[in-house]
Amino acid sequence: MRANTWAGRNKVKVRDVPDPRILNERDAIVRITSTAICGSDLHLVDGYVPTMQDGDVMGHEFMGEVIEVGRSVDPDRLRVGDRVVVPFPIACGVCGACAAELYSCCENSNPNAGIAEKMFGHPVAGIFGYSHLTGGFAGGQAQYARVPFADVGPLKIESELTDEQVLFLSDILPTGYMGAEMCDIQSTDVVAVWGAGPVGQFAMDSARMLGAAKVIAIDKEPYRLQMAERAGHTPVNFEEVDVRSRLLELTGGRGPDKCIDAVGMESSHGSAPIHAYDRVKQAVRSETERPHALRQAIMSCRSGGIVSVIGVYGGFLDKFPAGAWMNRALTLRTGQCHVQRYMEPLLRRIERGDIDPTRVITHTLPLDQAERGFEIFKNKQDNCEKVVLKP
Amino acid sequence: MAQLAAPDTVRRISGVDDSPTSRAVVPLVGARELVHAAGLLTSRRKSIWAWTRVAGDAMDLASLGMAIAHRGGRRRRRLVAVTGAVVGITVVDLLTAVQATRTKAVRGSREGGFMELTATTTIRKPPPTVYAFWRDLGNLPTFMAHLEEIRTTGDRTSHWSAGAPFGKNVEWDAEIVDEAPGEKIAWRSTGNADVPNAGTVRFGPAPDGVSTEVHVVLSYDIPGGAVGKAVARYFGEEPHQQLDDDLRRLKQVLETGEVVRSEGAPWGKRARKEFPQRPAQPLSDSEFAKGAQA
Ligand SMILES: [Zn+2]
Ligand SMILES: [Zn+2]
Repeated sequence: MRANTWAGRNKVKVRDVPDPRILNERDAIVRITSTAICGSDLHLVDGYVPTMQDGDVMGHEFMGEVIEVGRSVDPDRLRVGDRVVVPFPIACGVCGACAAELYSCCENSNPNAGIAEKMFGHPVAGIFGYSHLTGGFAGGQAQYARVPFADVGPLKIESELTDEQVLFLSDILPTGYMGAEMCDIQSTDVVAVWGAGPVGQFAMDSARMLGAAKVIAIDKEPYRLQMAERAGHTPVNFEEVDVRSRLLELTGGRGPDKCIDAVGMESSHGSAPIHAYDRVKQAVRSETERPHALRQAIMSCRSGGIVSVIGVYGGFLDKFPAGAWMNRALTLRTGQCHVQRYMEPLLRRIERGDIDPTRVITHTLPLDQAERGFEIFKNKQDNCEKVVLKP
Repeated sequence: MAQLAAPDTVRRISGVDDSPTSRAVVPLVGARELVHAAGLLTSRRKSIWAWTRVAGDAMDLASLGMAIAHRGGRRRRRLVAVTGAVVGITVVDLLTAVQATRTKAVRGSREGGFMELTATTTIRKPPPTVYAFWRDLGNLPTFMAHLEEIRTTGDRTSHWSAGAPFGKNVEWDAEIVDEAPGEKIAWRSTGNADVPNAGTVRFGPAPDGVSTEVHVVLSYDIPGGAVGKAVARYFGEEPHQQLDDDLRRLKQVLETGEVVRSEGAPWGKRARKEFPQRPAQPLSDSEFAKGAQA
């Protein structure tokens, strides 16, 4: 089959690889009809996440048709012919973490738990196409994928919704939604979202859907800010204005009640010297993150507010404003999205028309043009927001 | 990487002079940190790598200190800020190194002698179920990577064999010496075992009222000679990691019914080495056949 693979730092390559097969009895094989490039794929391609290998199949957002199931897959849950969206965290459904609906922390789905444990203290779930730290599972930017614990995660789509309407249930829509949900949004809340990429856009839409009074989008790309503005959110361009002053102005001096970091480790939001400092430390691997967005969110948030982190961080960061966090009674909440928890309710919301996931798609390309897709997405060329690939 | 790719920019940003010395030193420091990253990720002797990091940090501090002494105004302030951060990182590295060294000292020798290993996990099944699974000794090789087979020979006696990992077959008889149904099993090797060993596993209810806390203590009396050497080498790599991974697989088998495999680590309990791994892409025919035998 054809698959988009990691080919070294800053390089992906579409190549021929063997077709996947059942390795465990609860596996299914899915013929992929739509897949997407995610912002966190860029951290892998940029080389900021360790343990990638030449030839690793990329991609953790995909959907398609089940063409084969292992012997132990519960037929009441999944059969050949089912149309499914596959969540990016691989979860067993029965361990302590899964029982608590913390699916991205599943204790049984990462064959390299030992490595992850060294990096994170405790292991995390396996994730498709997302380095060997998260299990070394082949990804979904391919014609076919093997899906472990297939009777737990994948969501059956039985209505006539298009791939484009449901594909993002695999990751970015629940991720954005969880970012807003962690904010315990009240009707009087002003919510500021750092990053107007696809996840940021869905965090904004979700904050609005959950009843926020005002939603602010912080980014530097005019087209992304316009996209947020068209959806009814207030844009702030951090290259044109001082973010903290502008946020104070927009909130009567209080600061946003809730702040969402939808940027993560490769932030470019900071002032020049601190950005340079982080880049140097990050480049030499003595700091793995460039956490400006997070620092700025903590410094800007109103006292007693919530800072919700859905941007991806991989390791260690410097100059965390612990004083602001502690002295001003801030709550910090975070997590890789527990996608399985949100798929069904969000599918209902899509069916009801509460939210329109298709609004972030700017490019649809054949799988064979994945390299170009990465190129324009990474460099924000051609007003690129979200790329869908068709195998 | 920036120190390698754009040393001039890095020097300018951190306020270091453009001198022949700095031109040589900045890329070197960059290269050094990359070597550390690789070392920490792949090496089994992490404590050594952690200490070289501390040494590297000290080097950074020394050069920054020298630079500060020769600067004034804004550039000095910038350097002072960078230095403060490096001090913080040094403290963390130092703690890591001390901890890694201390852990290693407890973890037994590479050259043979008495070795005790402990590990614990929580399994979401009630104690009687976990106990029963373990008491059926034939189940142990399904999650213990180094065991080939356990044959029950009597009510409390069994014959154990550990195969390939030792480079040769190691076999011994064992007997259960103490047992409390649902709570505890203790065993030890009998007769002329190549590697005299003993173990105890305790099963206790977890506070959630559903799960079982499993505590394992294993001890080996690793002898000299060829077998002793092979065994010591095998366990010497990362004995604690081995046992932790064994218990992780026990948890997988009891909770999900199988040991999860991935394309990068396709051989289930045989994936005893985390590095090197194969790329995370589907298996070729020959690889798949190899897996079927495993
Ligand atoms: Zn993603
Ligand atoms: Zn689980």
